[in-house]
Parts: sequence; C-alpha cells; structure tokens
Amino acid sequence: MNFGFSDEQDTIRETLTRLLGDHATLAVAHDRLEAAEGFDTATWAALAEGGWLGLAIAEEDGGSGMGAVELAILAEEIGRSLAAVPFAPVLGLAVPAIQTMGTQAQQKSLLPGIAEGRTIIAAALCETGGLAPGKVTAQVAQDRLSGTKTPVFFAAEASHALVAAKDEGGTPRLWLADLSGPGVTIRALDPIDGTRPAAEIGFEGTPVEPLPGSDPAAIGALLDGAAVLAAFEQIGLAGRALALTTAYVRERQAFGRPIGSFQAVKHRLADMFAKIELARSNAFFGVWALASKDGRLPEAAAVARLTALDAVQFATEETIQLHGGIGFTWAADPHLFLRRGWQLKAELGPADAWRDRLLGNLAS
Amino acid sequence: MDFSDNPEEAAFRARARAWLDANATVRDGSEKVQDHFMARDAAEVARARDWQARKAKAGWAGLTWPREFGGQGATPIEQVIWNQEEGRYAVPPNVFLIGIGLVGPTVMIHGTEDQKKTVLPRALTGEDIWCQLFSEPAAGSDLAGIRTRARRDGDGWVISGQKVWTSGAHYSTHGILLARSNPQVPKHKGLTMFLVELSDPAIEARPIRQISGGASFNEVFIDNLRVPDSARLGGESEGWKVALTTLMNERFSISIGRATGGARAEDLIALARRVERNGRPAIEDGEVRARIADFTARQRGLEFTSYRVMTSLSRGEAPGEEGSIGKLLLGRLRQEMGAFGMELAGTAAGISAAAQDDVARWRNEYLTAPGNRIAGGSDEIQRTIIGERILGLPPEIRVDKDVAFSEL
Repeated sequence: MNFGFSDEQDTIRETLTRLLGDHATLAVAHDRLEAAEGFDTATWAALAEGGWLGLAIAEEDGGSGMGAVELAILAEEIGRSLAAVPFAPVLGLAVPAIQTMGTQAQQKSLLPGIAEGRTIIAAALCETGGLAPGKVTAQVAQDRLSGTKTPVFFAAEASHALVAAKDEGGTPRLWLADLSGPGVTIRALDPIDGTRPAAEIGFEGTPVEPLPGSDPAAIGALLDGAAVLAAFEQIGLAGRALALTTAYVRERQAFGRPIGSFQAVKHRLADMFAKIELARSNAFFGVWALASKDGRLPEAAAVARLTALDAVQFATEETIQLHGGIGFTWAADPHLFLRRGWQLKAELGPADAWRDRLLGNLAS
Repeated sequence: MDFSDNPEEAAFRARARAWLDANATVRDGSEKVQDHFMARDAAEVARARDWQARKAKAGWAGLTWPREFGGQGATPIEQVIWNQEEGRYAVPPNVFLIGIGLVGPTVMIHGTEDQKKTVLPRALTGEDIWCQLFSEPAAGSDLAGIRTRARRDGDGWVISGQKVWTSGAHYSTHGILLARSNPQVPKHKGLTMFLVELSDPAIEARPIRQISGGASFNEVFIDNLRVPDSARLGGESEGWKVALTTLMNERFSISIGRATGGARAEDLIALARRVERNGRPAIEDGEVRARIADFTARQRGLEFTSYRVMTSLSRGEAPGEEGSIGKLLLGRLRQEMGAFGMELAGTAAGISAAAQDDVARWRNEYLTAPGNRIAGGSDEIQRTIIGERILGLPPEIRVDKDVAFSEL
C-alpha cells in the first residue's frame, strides 16, 4: 500500500510551485481578468520551456513520457496558482484523445507543437444539452461537420478543436477541426471567469478528420481521465483558498483578538479542510485508477469529481464570507477563486451529470 | 501510488486469511446488526473471550505490542490488514479494544514493572476486560474538569465520585480511572490515574439505555473505593500526562480501525430497487439517484482517506493530517444515510416491527449515528482540533487555565 508520492514526484511539485509562483501570481490573475484576452501566454510559454506541457507526451513526440500522477501534480499546482492557462482542454482532453484514439500521423503532426506550446487545441465536446456522448447533436457527413458547440474555452487562441459529433451511423465520435477552415464562426461568451475565455463555435460544413479510435466508450474514458485531473486542479484551487483565508483570520483582529480564535470562524475553516481532504482522497484513488488502467476508473472519476466540486464551491464561497467586506471587493483576491471554481465546473460539467454517471455505473 | 499490498503485506494477509478460514466463518450478510466493540449480553462476552483466547494462542492478539510484552511486534499496517481480514468473518465483537488498544500501551509507558506483569498478559488473552473511567456528568469534552476525588489514606487512596458514558463497564473486570488528587492547583495539574477492579463492591455500574434502545454504556458510581498506592498509574498529579497517552492511543486505534462501519451506499441502492417512489422503482427517481451518488462519493472518500492513513503507517510514519477528518465526517454521513434509508423505506420506517429487517436496519443506523458524533470527541471538539493543530489558528481563550480547580 503506497498512497503517496515518490521523492521524484515531490521534486517535480517543488519545481512547479516555484515556476508558477514566479509567473502566475495573483497580480497577474487580476490583470488577466481586466484584459480583453484572458490567456496568460507568458506562463504557458514558461511551462512549455520547462518541458511541462510535454510531461505526458511520449519522447518520440517531443515530450518526456511521464505518467498520470505527474500530470496530476501539474494540474494541482496550476489550480493552486490560478494560472490563466488551458490545462483541461489541451492536456486533460486533447493530448490523451490524440494519444489513445488518433492515428500516428495525427500524433506526429500535433503533439510536438503542444509540447512546445505552439499548438493549442480547444475541446468542443459540450453542447447546450450537456457533455455526455449521448447528448451530442452535432453531425458529420462526408467528413464535414455541422452543429454548435458551447461552451468552448480558449477557442480564439486555438488552432484546432477536438469536436464530439455523430458519424453518419449516428454514433458519437471525436474529430479534429481546423478552426481556420471554412464554415467556422466563433462567438465570444461572457464567462464568470474572464481569465479563461469562453465561446460558442458554430460549424457549417467544416472539414474535419476523425480520430479513428473514438467511440462512446473511449469518449467516456477520456472524460473520466480529464475529470480526475480536473479534481487535482480543483483541490489546488480550494487548498489555496483555504490557505489565503487561514492567513487572513490569523491576522484580522476583532473584539481584541484574531477572528480565527472564534469557533464560528475556526469551525468553518475546519469544514473547508475536511471537504478538501475528502476530495483529495478520492482524487488520489482516481489518479491511481487512471495510471494503472484499473476497471474502477469510471466510479473513481465520478466520486473524485463530485467531492471536488463540493469542496471548491464550499471553500471559495466561504473564502469570500470570511474575508468580510473586503472579500466582496473587486480588488481583493477571493473572487478570483470563486470565478475559477465555476470555470472548472463548466469545463467538465456540473454535478448532476456525474451523479447520474456514477449511479449508472454502480446500479447497472 | 500503488493500491496493492507490497510482497510482505500480501504474505501477511495470506497467512491471516488462512488462519481465519480455518477458525471462523465468512459473514454471509444474514448476521444481525451488531456493534464491533460492544457485547450485547453475557453469552456474547463469553464468545468474545473464547475467540480472543484462541487468537492469543495462535499469535494474532496484540499484534502491534512489542514482543517483550507478549505481543507480535507487528507493524501498524499489519494490524490494519488483520482488521480488514477479520472484519470479513462472523466473529464476536472486539470487547478488548480498550484493554489492548488503550490501556496496554499506556501501562507500557507509565506503568511499574509489577503493573506491566499483572496487566499486560491478562489483557492480551482476554481474561481481563478493560473500560475507560474518564468522562463524568460535569466533564466530557473538558475532561480535565473531572471531580472524582482521590484522597491519600495511609499507604493507599480512597476514591469517590461518578463516571458516565463508560462503554462496557457492566461486563468489564477492570478500569483505568482518572481522579482529582489535588484541587488546590489548576485543573490539569491535580490529576492522578489509577488502575481499579470493577468487582470491588465500592464500584457500581448501571447501564444507560441509549436512544437506539441498546445499553452499551454506563454510569459508574464509586463510593469510598480503597486502593493501594500500587494501583496508581504514573506519578501523583501526573494523571493528565498519562491520560494524554491513553487518548492518543484511542485516536490511533480509531484511525486504524474500520473506516466505514455500518451501512454502505450500495445497501441504499439495493433498497432503492426494492421500494417504489412516485409509482416506479425508487432507483429510477432522479432525487434518489442524486442522494445515493453523493453518499457514495463521501463514503469512498472516507475509505480512501483510510488508505492514506495506511500509507503513512506503511512508511513507518505517524498518521498525517488526513486522519483527523474521518471521525468528523463519518458520523454525519451515517446519520444522513440512516435518515434517507428510513425515508426510502417509506412511512413504515417509523413504526415497523423489527421483523421488517430493512426498516429496522436503517432506523438503527439513524439512531446509533448521533453517538458517533459525540463519543471520542464531539464534532465541535474535532473541528477545534483541526483548526488549532492543523491550520494553526489561535486557541480559544481559556479563563480557567491558571486558576486552582477549587476556585473555579
């Protein structure tokens, strides 16, 4: 039984904490929130330069060939830093999709660019009906795609999109669309977290190429893996919110003592801690199941997703309340965490879909 | 990250399973709901003693105790593996948990050579059953506020007072008793610990009936109990230090025990298949599915948290911060699952006869869970511990800390 990280993995985390601490500060997060384009290109470039974007990409495709656990560490540290970068779409979804379902030619043409930070692939899986493969209405006929995907994050920054659409037989599959191709219209949305821009993409007869290995089961497994990695990003975010709030209530004085000495405050922080650690335990099992290709991945991913969503919502909302009036201001940090929490919910869908997925798995 | 046993752990598990297979029967689910640590009657106590004696003879008792004290010198992780394996079999409740898990380790640290010789072997074999005479009517969470008095009398001591919530006192042979030996100093500084025999007529245990209907704990009256000074465990006025050793071992025993006693979310799925809601199987109802999914997520989280604790133990480290959340979250989860099970079973849940096993089961779950949120440190105490010891928040203001107990 070993449910912890190795020394090498601890070293990776320390390096990432430093790198992200240097580049993706909360001042940068505020700045990106104000900017027209939210994407923090400098941090993304720094991650590429350090070789971190190619962490889980094979060496022959320009990466360093590490595994899911190392990728989870990167996710948690990105979550902790609030970096405005497309972790989930590119590293959580596009890379594993291309690796497990794509042709060798697709891997050779796209993965090196991702590792180098040149190529960004947006994930256009979701529609207004939801994220599940069964909810897809976009349609491909004779390698041309029609339909509307929303929300899609970092669409304006991406060269390609990974699109879920039905084939001519009505089976949901994944396709790659060149976003500079014909029939693509990108309409910017107004997301709660402006540091991760969202859009609706309309496709009208856009040429696409299939990922030949994709089918509903493979898409489900892809979403499971992405949910596990997202859980680490969520834990990183919630953990930072807890640390921020803990520091604040130790300093802030009222009635002649630090407010953190009052049980009404202290116990809410304890509840935040408990929810985060519960989510962390599920995320640990999830990444083990992902890395070892264990048959319990669907269940592990769903429980990791559910407890992470709960921990993030509770921690980020309480962070605002426990900061008092200052926590309600635009200039202070707490709302950055709340916004990012909702962003992470939007990227892979809210709790109800995952509850249903879990029950479908357990009760079938 | 690896969820599998390492080779040594796998070998230990195989040996444990082989012995259990030869000596016990695997549970088949038809067993009546029973507490894992409390006996219901004298017959169950007798069965527990017999089981413990067989375990001791075969070398499965006191696994983590050092060999010099009759233990097996096993690692904590091996104890966890044993607990997991033994939990699969229909064995009597472990009424020796306090003796082996709490009192033994305290005596090893604070006891005299004589105490080690008399207490440890008999605790191990199950001849003696121990209870913990700590809480009192006026002192539970604030344990150092106890009022039971121990007065010097010649060569010995005379002890009088009242204890309460003492699990198993009615069938225990011995107790570890915390008393106030000096009220003229601040509360933590005037306490002394004793080892007492429950058979003494000066001690009377009266079972207290719980809201679940069972009576596993007691109020204990101590009326001029005379004990020799050799019954004192640790130094005079050093009882708080001794109590902290006991309490630390209590938390440790809980952290390596079964993480999720009682019902499982899967049992709610089974129930939801059998009953109807809005004219169709409850398992097809959206709200039912959502609730069960959330229970599952929380229960899995607790289970995997215990794996994190095991990882620390497996590496020879003390359980980390994560160990503290289990008790806080488990009681609440059991309570909510019990309530939901009762609702799912329908209006019959409130009024059914015990024959309707489903209904009785969830009602029992619901009516025992509140105890989990109080015993061994209430939810509020757990939150304060997390806030102060883990998050480093400033402590409560304590107005009684430097005041003589008699002045409070």
